[in-house]
Amino acid sequence: MLDISKYMILRPCVSDIKNISYYLGKIIIGLGLVMIVPIVIGLGFREINPALDFLISLAITLLIGIILTRLCRTGEDLDWMQGMIVVSLSWLVAMVLAALPLYLSGHWKSYMDACFDTMSGFTTTGLTLVQDLDHLSYTHNLWRHLIPFIGGQGIAIVVLSLFVKGTSGAFRIYVGEARDEKLVPNVINTARFIWLISGVYLVLGTLILGIVGMSIGIKPLNAFFQGACIFMAGFDTAGFAPQSQNILYYHSFLFEAVTIVIMIFGTLNFNLHYQLWFGNRKEIWKNIETRTFFISVILLFFITAVGLNELGVYPKAIVLFRKGFFQLISGHTTTGYMTVYARQFITEWGHLAMTGLICAMALGGCACSTAGGIKMLRIGIFIKALKQDIKKIILPEKAVVSQMFHHIKDVFLEDKQVRSALLITLVYLGLYMLGAIIGTWFGYPFLDSLFESTSAAANTGLSCGITDAGMPAVLKLTYIFQMWVGRLEFMSVFVLIGFFIAEIKGR
Amino acid sequence: MMRKLIFIFLIIGISLNAFYFFCYAEDVSSAELINNARQYDGKVVIYKGEVIGDIMARKEFVWINVNDGINAIGIWSKKDLVKDILYTGKYKSKGDIIEIKGVFHRACLEHGGDLDIHIDELRKITSGMVIRERLDIAKRNQAFVLLGILGLALTLSQLKKEKHK
Repeated sequence: MLDISKYMILRPCVSDIKNISYYLGKIIIGLGLVMIVPIVIGLGFREINPALDFLISLAITLLIGIILTRLCRTGEDLDWMQGMIVVSLSWLVAMVLAALPLYLSGHWKSYMDACFDTMSGFTTTGLTLVQDLDHLSYTHNLWRHLIPFIGGQGIAIVVLSLFVKGTSGAFRIYVGEARDEKLVPNVINTARFIWLISGVYLVLGTLILGIVGMSIGIKPLNAFFQGACIFMAGFDTAGFAPQSQNILYYHSFLFEAVTIVIMIFGTLNFNLHYQLWFGNRKEIWKNIETRTFFISVILLFFITAVGLNELGVYPKAIVLFRKGFFQLISGHTTTGYMTVYARQFITEWGHLAMTGLICAMALGGCACSTAGGIKMLRIGIFIKALKQDIKKIILPEKAVVSQMFHHIKDVFLEDKQVRSALLITLVYLGLYMLGAIIGTWFGYPFLDSLFESTSAAANTGLSCGITDAGMPAVLKLTYIFQMWVGRLEFMSVFVLIGFFIAEIKGR
Repeated sequence: MMRKLIFIFLIIGISLNAFYFFCYAEDVSSAELINNARQYDGKVVIYKGEVIGDIMARKEFVWINVNDGINAIGIWSKKDLVKDILYTGKYKSKGDIIEIKGVFHRACLEHGGDLDIHIDELRKITSGMVIRERLDIAKRNQAFVLLGILGLALTLSQLKKEKHK
C-alpha cells in the first residue's frame, strides 16, 4: 500500500524563503522606525545615553531590515504557509531586536532577561525581569509600554497596515496573529480602524489618568507620562507599570477604579468596540462574549472572595472587595496589574483564592482583543453546545434541535465551531500544564507553578513570585515559549515547526 | 552604696529601654515584612531605604514609597515629617536614604487593604543627589559608526534601485 504521508512533505523552495525574508525585512524596518519615538522622547527629556541606546538599536534593526528586503526583493504576495511563518518568525525577531535598547540600559541582568521582557511586552503578558525599575529612564520606560501597544494590535499587521498599500497576504498575517474577525471588509482597513480606536482611547485614557494622577499628588509631567504608560499597558492588557510597585504605587482607589475600566475596555472584542462606536449599544448586552465574561467574573469573584474570607485575609468586606475584585479583573482581562505584592498570593491568599485567580487567567478575555487565554467566545460556545446536548436528551428523538448564539449577528451553532473551540481549549490546557510541570520539576510547589505558568501562557502577567531574574534559564525559556505560543494561538507556530520539519525531511 | 544603687537602676533602665525597643520596634527589610506580614501586623517597625518616585500629598498627609533595594513599601506620614526630603529616586536623581519608625499594616483598613507603614518618626540618613549624566563615549562612537554604515547601505540600495529603472 502506498504511504501517502511520505509524499505529503514538500521541501520549501528558495522562493518561499525569499518571500518570507522579504516580508520579515519589511516588519523589521517598521520596528526600527518605531524606535524613533523613544529617541525623540529621550532627547526631549535630555536623556542622552538612553537616546543613544535607541540610536544604536535603530541602526542595527534598519540595517537588518534593509539587507533582507534588498536581497530577497520579490513581487509575490504571501500564501497561507508563508503568511503564518512570517507571523511566527516576526514575533521572535522582534523580541530579539526590541531587547537591544533594554539590554544596553544595564537594567537587565542578561540579554535573555531583556528578551523575556520584550516577549512579555509584545504578547501583552506583563511578567518582568527588570532590575531597579524605579531608576529607569523615561526613554526606556516609554519603550517598555510602547511594545505592548504594538504587540496588542499585532506586530506584523501593524507594520503592514501602515507601510503596505494593499495586499491579500495581509489577511493571512491577520489570521496568523490570532484574529479572524474583520470589522470592515478590507483587512488593512480593519487594522487601521483598530489603530484608530486605540489611538482615540489612548488620548482619552492618558488625559483621565493624568488628571487623576495630579489629583493624588503626582507632578503634572509625571502624571501624564505615567498615565500614558499605564493606559498603553492597561488597554493592551499587558500590565507593565513605570514603578516597581505596579498600581500599588499610587495608593488611590480612584486610580484603581479608572484602571479597572481601562482593563475591561481592553479585554472587549474590537468588533464590539466597532458596534459601540456606531451607536449599537444593545450589542454589549446581547453578545455571547460579554454575557459569558460578566457571568464568569461573578462566579470566579465569588470563589476568590470565599477563599479570602475563609482565611480572614481582609478583615472588612469593602477592603476584600477592593483588593479581590481588582486582582480578579486584572487576571480575567489578562492584564496583570497588581495592588498586592507577588509573594502575598502565596503567603496570604491561600489555595482557594489562588485557584479562583488561576481559573480567571486561564479563561481570559474576549476574542479579537488584546487579551489572552482560552477566550470568552469559546467558553460561550461550550455552554451553548452543552445546552443543545441536554435539549437533545430531553426532547423526543425526532425533534430537530438547533442552537443559536449572538455574536455581532445571530449565528447557528455548528459542530465545526464546537470542535474548533474544543481543540484550542485542549491545547491551551496542555500549555498551562507544561509550564506547571517544568516549574514543579525545578522545585516550586505545584500550585505556584500552575499560577505562574497559566499567567505566562494566558498572557496575563500576574506573578506569585516565581518570575525573577534568578530563576532557572530553562524556566525563563519555557515562559517565553508559552507567551509566544499563547499569544499566537498555536496555529502559526505549528506551521513554523512544520516548515522546519519539511526543510529537513521534505523532498 | 548610693552610687551602686544608681548604677544598678541605670543598667536596669537601659536594659528595659533596649527590651522595649527590640520588642516594639524591629529593624526589618521589605522582604521580611511581605513574607511574614501576619507576624508584623500592627507592630512598630524600623524600616530603612531610598525614597523613590513622587511625594504624593493627601490633605495634611503624604504618601511616599521607600525602596530598600528589594521592594518598595508605601509610607503614610504627616506632611511636616517629610519636609526634609529633598530628593526622590528616579533616573536623574538618587533619592534620600531615610529610616522610619512606625506601625506596620498587613492590610491597612484605612487605606483599602494596602500593605503599608504609618510612621511617627523619620530620620534622614543620607541626602540624595542629582545624578549628572555623563555622555557614554563608547556608545556615541558605536552609534556614529552604525549610522554611517546605515547611511551607506541606504545610498547603495537607492543607487541599485535607480539603476534598475
